[in-house]
Amino acid sequence: MNAVDTALAPKIPDSPKGAARLISGNHACALGAVAAGCRFFAGYPITPSSEVAERLSRLLPEVDGVFVQMEDEIASIAAVIGASMGGVKALTATSGPGFSLKQENIGYAAGAEIPCVIVNVMRGGPSTGMPTRPAQGDIMQARWGSHGDYPIIVLAPASVREIYDETIRAFDLAETLRTPVVLLYDQVIAQLTETVELSDAKDHAHAERKWASGPREAYQPYAADEDGIPAMSRPGAGYRVHTTGLNHAENGFPTQNPEAVARNLGRLLTKFDRHRDAIDSWQTLACDDAEVLIVAIGISARAATRAIDIARARGVRLGLFRPITLWPFPEKALREVAARARAVLVPEMNAGQLSLEVERILGGKRVDAIHRFNGEPITPAEIAERAESLAKGALGKDTR
Amino acid sequence: MIVDSAPAFDVRDYLRLEMMPHFLCPGCGHGIALRALLWAIHELGIDRDKLAVVSGIGCAGRLSAYIDANTFHVTHGRPLAYATGLALARPDLHVVVITGDGDCLAIGGNHLIHACRRNLKLTCLMLNNEVYGMTGGQVSPTTSETRLTTTTPLGNSEPNFDACALAAAAGASFVGREVTHHVPKLKELIRAGMEHPGFAFVEVLSDCTEIFGRKNELGSSAEMVLRQKSDLRPSAYRDTVDTPFRSNDLPTGILTKIERPEYGAAYRKAAAAQRASEAAKASAGANKGNT
Repeated sequence: MNAVDTALAPKIPDSPKGAARLISGNHACALGAVAAGCRFFAGYPITPSSEVAERLSRLLPEVDGVFVQMEDEIASIAAVIGASMGGVKALTATSGPGFSLKQENIGYAAGAEIPCVIVNVMRGGPSTGMPTRPAQGDIMQARWGSHGDYPIIVLAPASVREIYDETIRAFDLAETLRTPVVLLYDQVIAQLTETVELSDAKDHAHAERKWASGPREAYQPYAADEDGIPAMSRPGAGYRVHTTGLNHAENGFPTQNPEAVARNLGRLLTKFDRHRDAIDSWQTLACDDAEVLIVAIGISARAATRAIDIARARGVRLGLFRPITLWPFPEKALREVAARARAVLVPEMNAGQLSLEVERILGGKRVDAIHRFNGEPITPAEIAERAESLAKGALGKDTR
Repeated sequence: MIVDSAPAFDVRDYLRLEMMPHFLCPGCGHGIALRALLWAIHELGIDRDKLAVVSGIGCAGRLSAYIDANTFHVTHGRPLAYATGLALARPDLHVVVITGDGDCLAIGGNHLIHACRRNLKLTCLMLNNEVYGMTGGQVSPTTSETRLTTTTPLGNSEPNFDACALAAAAGASFVGREVTHHVPKLKELIRAGMEHPGFAFVEVLSDCTEIFGRKNELGSSAEMVLRQKSDLRPSAYRDTVDTPFRSNDLPTGILTKIERPEYGAAYRKAAAAQRASEAAKASAGANKGNT
């Protein structure tokens, strides 16, 4: 059955399984969330992420979950964290301005180690920007948007199918590592409709939080095991613990004791270190013999995929390194792949964010960039052309 | 006299004694409000494992840490929003919010009016001491006109909120107010709020003796509390420095109690009906296919 037939079929059960379906990225996110066991969504309307909310307002009641449209963006992330404190997997979805408003509470979730997933569909900025136009200007905000030092995971899917898979992975990582996870994709990927075949999607075995067990007297809510992750207690299970955004000791209560803060915050800031195998994810394309390596995410990476064909037809060996986990950046993998290339090109829809990280990781390497922030995606031809001139030794920055 | 078959109330049974001494200033009314809340919980026989207390930032926000229950000290102004998520996800829990006048009416004002409108089962206890005490005594949305604070050195020139009128106007199905002077009455009011099958807003007129009282020369904590008893009824928004402390025409007791559908139950009912309808359709379709 082709995509058009599927789309026009009279009744398509709203289940991820079955025949190929023509769906949008935001729709795939909603389906992935339900498949991952998400049973709570709180959100606030904002373009171009509202379809995630609209889909889940129908899907969640079907599986005895709860959908609620809150009074504002801040209330939405707060309700999501509140639901997760109750032990329920929870999601919110937003875009630029809403993502800015959510930052304080994302920091709370990071600090208090409350699992949750936040979708941020990137649109033009700053401020209200261009609500219906794509951008990739929230790469740094997704990592550093809340105050203070904190860890966070950011996943950057580049196709409708990948949004489905990465939404599931976002919940798995959030739950097992007790952290907020941001799903970061641009407006094009969000509202693009693609044919996806989900029948090969495995029945997802829900990753579960590590729950507290044993006697209450022996339980310390922020005392971590060897893996750096403390077991969480579910209200009603008899542990009656305190959760706070203040710096806290292992017992969960506020402290300003320098040793206790250094010990607990230090553990928080390094808690991903032992889990990088599960966290890191990237894709390489035609990298083995590449003289110019492109590093890109989202729609820019999609354009780069086509640019590789164009450039190679002209004899320029182009390759692509695409971080799927954007933060923590898979830097070890990038270093290995980039070692073989003569130059690196970072096409991105902002004034220079991913390129900063790539320059940092590949210190000394020639890193060129295409920076575009006018709402128009970077085309394959532009990437191929720039890569070609880079291969010939020319350098320069495009900031049209 | 209240006749209750429950064992005698001992506040220590409900406190995390390891957290003592508490950090409230001498004379602060918040401790009285906390005691009244715990007394109400005791009388209602609520299992502390099923009690969740969500609090915001400020002096009132710190109270949750002293309660031996599931306690969540969240971000400034947002306890009602956190509590909304928690109560929707876990209808088996008793969720109580403790907030202050700044937390609830200024930075969190939007969440208050929508919680009133939504009518999810929650008890919101707002401790009103007319001032931002934790940050050193700045003007709040409930500071009476002409009062001196660290940010109104010329006297407050903004009219203050009547929080209960605001909550009622926003649709709260239970609204009440009491003073810390009347502890059993306050306990009764909180108890009635917790028994109410919907959103309950309870304002407690508390005292900030150390900061607000001192700045405005309102006398000792005992004098401030006594004034709550005698001078509650005069006129609110024409207050002057010469009139007694909190000389507001603020009625006390249960001010609003109406029956409205509780949001969480209504949502679950609608969802269950939808699932049943879909199941019936699917079953009818399957039968048709078999024939």
